[in-house]
Amino acid sequence: MSTQEKEWGLITEFTSSKDIFHAAEKLRDEGFKKFECYTPFPIHGMDDAMGLKPTKLPWLILVCGLTGLATATGLQIITNADLYPMIIGGKPNGVGSLVAFIPVMFELSILFSAFGAVFGMIGINGLPKLYNPVFKHEAFKKVTDDGFFVVVSVDDPKYNTQKTTEFLEKIGGKDVTVIND
Amino acid sequence: MIDMTLNPNADNPAQRTPLVQGGMDFKDVSHAVCDISERKTPKIWFLCLLASLSCLGLLKTAIIYLIWEGTGIWGLNNPTYWGWAIVNFVFWVGIGHAGTLISAILFLLRQDWRTGVNRFAEAMTLMAVACAGVFPGIHIGRVWCAYWLFPVPNQMTLWPNFHSPLLWDVFAVSTYATVSLLFWYVGLIPDVATMRDRAKTKYRKIAYGVLALGWTGANKHWQRYEKAYAILAALATPLVLSVHTIVSFDFTVSNLPGWHTTIFPPYFVAGAVFSGFAMVITLMTVVRHIYKLENIITIRHLENMCKIILLTGTLVGYAYAIEFFIAWYSGVEYESYAFINRAFGQYGWAYFIMIGCNVISPQFFWFKWCRTNVIFMFVISIFVNIGMWFERFVITMTLSNDFLPSSWDYYAPTIWDISTFVGSFGLFFTLLLLFLRFLPIVAISEVKNCIPEADPHHGDHH
Repeated sequence: MSTQEKEWGLITEFTSSKDIFHAAEKLRDEGFKKFECYTPFPIHGMDDAMGLKPTKLPWLILVCGLTGLATATGLQIITNADLYPMIIGGKPNGVGSLVAFIPVMFELSILFSAFGAVFGMIGINGLPKLYNPVFKHEAFKKVTDDGFFVVVSVDDPKYNTQKTTEFLEKIGGKDVTVIND
Repeated sequence: MIDMTLNPNADNPAQRTPLVQGGMDFKDVSHAVCDISERKTPKIWFLCLLASLSCLGLLKTAIIYLIWEGTGIWGLNNPTYWGWAIVNFVFWVGIGHAGTLISAILFLLRQDWRTGVNRFAEAMTLMAVACAGVFPGIHIGRVWCAYWLFPVPNQMTLWPNFHSPLLWDVFAVSTYATVSLLFWYVGLIPDVATMRDRAKTKYRKIAYGVLALGWTGANKHWQRYEKAYAILAALATPLVLSVHTIVSFDFTVSNLPGWHTTIFPPYFVAGAVFSGFAMVITLMTVVRHIYKLENIITIRHLENMCKIILLTGTLVGYAYAIEFFIAWYSGVEYESYAFINRAFGQYGWAYFIMIGCNVISPQFFWFKWCRTNVIFMFVISIFVNIGMWFERFVITMTLSNDFLPSSWDYYAPTIWDISTFVGSFGLFFTLLLLFLRFLPIVAISEVKNCIPEADPHHGDHH
């Protein structure tokens, strides 16, 4: 096993949500693509400031919801009309009694959509991920309290340890540090 | 700098002080909330836990004896097969509704004041639903056959009847419990990460580290997180309305006078919100005092909840009146009899407790003094809790006087009915105390978002 550490990115700190917001705008305008802002709460308008596209999560949730609807419809029609038809008070079975099936159809659509929303969000975010190179940075603990950090990844086409450090300092970043993986 | 001349309770939003008072910054908010579970456990907590565990023991005993002996130990009789089990079930499910309402509907309506109270209310929802779940599970008599409620293939190749409102309940309540749990957990992730980063001991680091899933607060994550949260809120909103609607179908879909009415779904939902908010006030007034959270859970939060209690309490009063009116207007003698009997029959005492607690007591909240006095609202909220239990009791007791006068009987609870009900509070408070001790009871990241400095354009003059 190699113990050699590889450069992972540059981390820098800002003092307020306002500073990090404007820093993100400058990084975006400068042409940086692979940088990330870490904040203790979501900052409104940050997606535009960073030049992020909207997430595709809603589409996933829609697909899950429709799957739930189909599951409920299938389950009820198959069990109550085909496998064990119960005729109560002369009420018709199968599609004829769809009205009675609506509550379960509704509930399962919601249930599956909720699974889609939560596990979709966790999955697309690549969580759970208990190891992350940013955690090596001692000051990073503040991020869930009142810290605002920007990390520029080595994968960014414009990345250059020297020049990027200078740029980050120019836009107001404090303590620009190299993080190794 | 916060202008202290502003009025925290002003009706005009432009004249209000921020939701977080006392000039707290981001750090203060994390500290105020996390410190609750970091500081040494107060003795009172152990005392409360001991009391709750004793109650929980009572519930366990009552259930074990029930399984051993059968439902005969309850006061059930020939027309009244449902008894307290269903009363308690509807009561507890109703309590849960405030949590989802605060987190989902108020979120969609952009009501920022929800952030101070939503975490706690959501936790209350989960615990109330856990208590509710006990009753349908045990009231069926042959408890070991409870799995027949679920559509699983069994040895008799018999499937549950999906035309039945009782089965709709199974789906509605289990979906509600699951979605509430997911909603609560998603909200917890960033705050548990705060706890993780503040943790000093090894066990805390591991426990919160695992729960936080490695949350870093990356903006890409926040983007998806916020989208997921908003969609969950949009899903939970119709869900919370549907759950109590479906619970009301248990009654409505039957042909019994007093039950077979279309007003039940909206009336049950209003009642659920009413009792849920009352329970939030009952618990919140105590918790904010003990944990000194007055700057985060302000009087404005409590006042807003009082206003919701006033609204829903009045809706419930309207429902009582219209039920009576329709019973007369319909000209159906069974229906009229059911209502006259409800108010003036053998359970008349319960009916008037219900009217007194649910219709009259919230009317005090028209007055500002009543909405802003913590002790007063605590007392009223207790009345509402009692009144809403009696509402379900009154509705269920219609069973005692059905179509056949020869089977009429008076339902009286036995010691085991009472033990089971009291014991369910033990379950509720045990879970609640554990939550208070180990998890952030206020949504830290959301509260921070309400501080003016969180806005990147704060102080800009456009």
